[in-house]
Amino acid sequence: MSTVPTDVKTVQPADFKSDVHNDWCPGCGDFGVISAVQMALAKLQVPPHRVAVISGIGCAGKSAHYMNAYSFHTLHGRVMPSVTAMKLANHDLTVIGVGGDGDAYGIGGGHFVAGGRRNLNITYVVMNNDVYALTKGQASPTIAKGQKTKSMSEASIMDAINPILLALACGYTFVARGYALDTKYLSEIIAQAIEHRGSALVDVLQTCPTYNDLHTKGFYAGQIEGQPRLYRLDQTGYDPIVHNPDDPVEIAQKKAQALLKSQEPGGRIPLGVYYKLDVPTYEDHLKAKIPGLQEKPLAELDLYHRDITPNLQELM
Amino acid sequence: MIGGPQGSGLNVSAEILAKALSRSGYYVFGQIEYHSNIKGKHSAYKLRISGEHVSSHLDAVHLLSSLDEETLIGDLYHEFPAHRGHVHEIAAGGALLYDVEQKKFIELIDRKDIFLWEMPYAELLDRALTEAGKPGQARAYRIMTNTLALGASVGALGFDFEPVALAIRDSFGAKAGKVADLNVNAARYAYDYAKERFAGQLKFGLPAAPPKREQILVKGSQAVGMAKIKAGCGLQTYYPISPATDESVYLEGYQSDHNLVVLQTEDEVSAIDAAVMGAHGGVRASTSTSGPGFALMPEGLGFAAITEAPGPVLVLYQRGGPSTGLPTRQEQGDLLFALNAGQGDIPRIVMASGDIEECFYDTFDAFNYADRYQVPVILLVDKHMASCYQTLPPFKTSHLKIDRGLVKPANTNGDYQRYAFSKEGVSPRSVPGQAGGIFWSTSDEHDPRGHITEGIGNRLAMMEKRMGKVALAAREIPDGKKYIYLGPAAPQKIPVLAICWGSTKGAVHDALHHADPHHAKYAMLHIRLMSPFPAEAVKNILSRAERVVCFDGNYSGQLARLIRTETGVSVHHSVVKYDGRPFSEDEIMVALGAAKAGAPERLAISEGRVIEPGHGNVEFDKMLELRETNPKMLAPMVPLPPGYNR
Repeated sequence: MSTVPTDVKTVQPADFKSDVHNDWCPGCGDFGVISAVQMALAKLQVPPHRVAVISGIGCAGKSAHYMNAYSFHTLHGRVMPSVTAMKLANHDLTVIGVGGDGDAYGIGGGHFVAGGRRNLNITYVVMNNDVYALTKGQASPTIAKGQKTKSMSEASIMDAINPILLALACGYTFVARGYALDTKYLSEIIAQAIEHRGSALVDVLQTCPTYNDLHTKGFYAGQIEGQPRLYRLDQTGYDPIVHNPDDPVEIAQKKAQALLKSQEPGGRIPLGVYYKLDVPTYEDHLKAKIPGLQEKPLAELDLYHRDITPNLQELM
Repeated sequence: MIGGPQGSGLNVSAEILAKALSRSGYYVFGQIEYHSNIKGKHSAYKLRISGEHVSSHLDAVHLLSSLDEETLIGDLYHEFPAHRGHVHEIAAGGALLYDVEQKKFIELIDRKDIFLWEMPYAELLDRALTEAGKPGQARAYRIMTNTLALGASVGALGFDFEPVALAIRDSFGAKAGKVADLNVNAARYAYDYAKERFAGQLKFGLPAAPPKREQILVKGSQAVGMAKIKAGCGLQTYYPISPATDESVYLEGYQSDHNLVVLQTEDEVSAIDAAVMGAHGGVRASTSTSGPGFALMPEGLGFAAITEAPGPVLVLYQRGGPSTGLPTRQEQGDLLFALNAGQGDIPRIVMASGDIEECFYDTFDAFNYADRYQVPVILLVDKHMASCYQTLPPFKTSHLKIDRGLVKPANTNGDYQRYAFSKEGVSPRSVPGQAGGIFWSTSDEHDPRGHITEGIGNRLAMMEKRMGKVALAAREIPDGKKYIYLGPAAPQKIPVLAICWGSTKGAVHDALHHADPHHAKYAMLHIRLMSPFPAEAVKNILSRAERVVCFDGNYSGQLARLIRTETGVSVHHSVVKYDGRPFSEDEIMVALGAAKAGAPERLAISEGRVIEPGHGNVEFDKMLELRETNPKMLAPMVPLPPGYNR
């Protein structure tokens, strides 16, 4: 992550707001997520011009326009390839991917998998509201079997993807879950994700007031057997951190612990960091073999005066 | 030609011989045919050795070195045989070098007009092994037969052994030592054996070696890779696919030397998207693929276009389609696909390299076009170009200039607009990370700041801005990079005009050069730039031609169709080849001979002749019949047109 130049004024969340009219529905959970991203960046004092925000397509995809940063509103499902290349082009930038659940886990599923095992130092915030909202509420990969929102013509006959489990299997080294309407805590989780050196997934439970009448504000505020449905892992003594990254047994145990937490019987949903592993990133491995990257990011290197004489001599 | 099973090292042997000849001053052109297979299936490598520059192969074989019986009689034992071997390709007066173990198949060969030269490879190998303290282990070292076959070929040709010994040692690189010694010794036994018995008998010996000069022996995939390095490419993305992978693997080997990142992605969708974002991120970015991979890329191509990314450069190695098609065989079937892939009107530059030298310089230019016009640039090459091997003078680089196009001035005070309208359509680009350069970019239609809008006026202006960049490229790119014309100058008439594109240029160029060195009768028009298409220039040349013959390595005559679309002119003859093999020099003259008044507009060519519809079934039935009756099927090859002499 970039260091903050001393002559730059203190960065505020408002610095990350663009002046574009926001056309999300009133009460949309997306507002909470983008605010949390802005708060997290301000907390970490990253200046806007050192941030690249890359979004997919759909309501969540519009986030790029509402951010004041280098912003790319890309293609449906292709957040991760774009995030990957932006980070490779300039490893000093803070690169944040933003997309919906259909974008990340459906059409972008293959890229999501590869992004985990690559372990670049990037953050992926997934706005998970169980529906394809911009196309008027079709079922997304996170809607469970038997569930039917008011926008669906019939109940789903497929199982839901478990994003936490999927991320663990793919190799994300930071796996967390937030809730869009608890913006303050979400911003803390996102800040931790950005600070984490490695690929970080923040799956954000989110309401869609227009199409999802199952997972509403009331649903998430509800109780299960006298206990709140949503609760914070860090208030239960849960330790997500792998303390010895060289110990495969501890890695397996911490993954297993996260796995169990991601599918708690009874339907309670933990928020916070499920799993965190600190190991060398993709950039670290690249720097080890490509000397120039130890000095500067790729985009800042002079690659335009290369001598190919040795390449030609090899062919003589 | 050397033929044998894949995995037997025949490529290595052929390339060692090519290197030895190249260093001795010869001009060499190598062409390889192989299966989509790792070990066992049939492969054949042709080397054309000349005293002058050559850019193509011939159908006729003068010396065939056989590593297995399939090279002799094909795979007729198979339920659906694919070929009948290569003996029928040997020209009269040529020779076949074979292993004594293949003797029983030799008895089936009914060719009185060729030399049949037997080699006791196992015995010779055993001698070399005994010397190395490993007697009686010839079976275990059977893989070395290719080295012995190499030695035998060199001996039969009467060429010196020393350059070959040196090239063998080089091929072992750092491992050179006892293994290299053993290989050199084994090759020498075969060399001596063959030289003593066969040298001087061939009607076509080696020509006198031209004076020695500095030259490289290079494949198309290497030329593209080297040009990417020279052009300052920072990010190469790819997903493994034949025959494009060689280039990326080449680049992988130079990541440390040249500060280059090669990213192997999870699929081609990711490969192009990453290349697009790498370009936005401030590095020169490229990807390489083949047809099936390109089929996944139109989405990213459109994204590059609408976000006006400075690139990427996409090198498309065509192979036989549709679908998985013929993964390791030649076709020029993706011309119209490359020009039209993607929804909507996508501004793009599409180039097509005609030979290995053009591969190098075109690739270099492609990055300049990408930056200057902020459009995706597709460079069409093909399997033949990727894998053929040619002697060339080392590429000259001192005149090459890098042009990174318009970039945002440093002193924009918050009023920077990434997609600002401009007269020529190109807006100065900003690179993420710099203060004052923040911009927005979207795959939606957008306003000059990069924010979504669906307004009519903006839409009209943005479409004209983007498409205008292609018109700008058409004005700026020099004619010599759009097409090459060799023939009578205007206003003279052109008796026969042969039009070609891509790797067919080599065969057309060589054929015309040998038949009519001054291009008085046969002119060549080689088209290098497909988008923007040089319509006016092509139309002018066509208007002077009395007979136009257009060569296409595909079924439907895609260049002929493109010419008709762009100029309104139909060629007289569309010569097509869709058998998965590149045009040979011989086939060009066969086609030109056939293309005369009254001949059909469409002429299909395969295995050295004009074919009729249903030819493939006839050939297949013939093979089955041969299997049923006897395999004495090795009739001499089709004679060349009268008067045609190389």
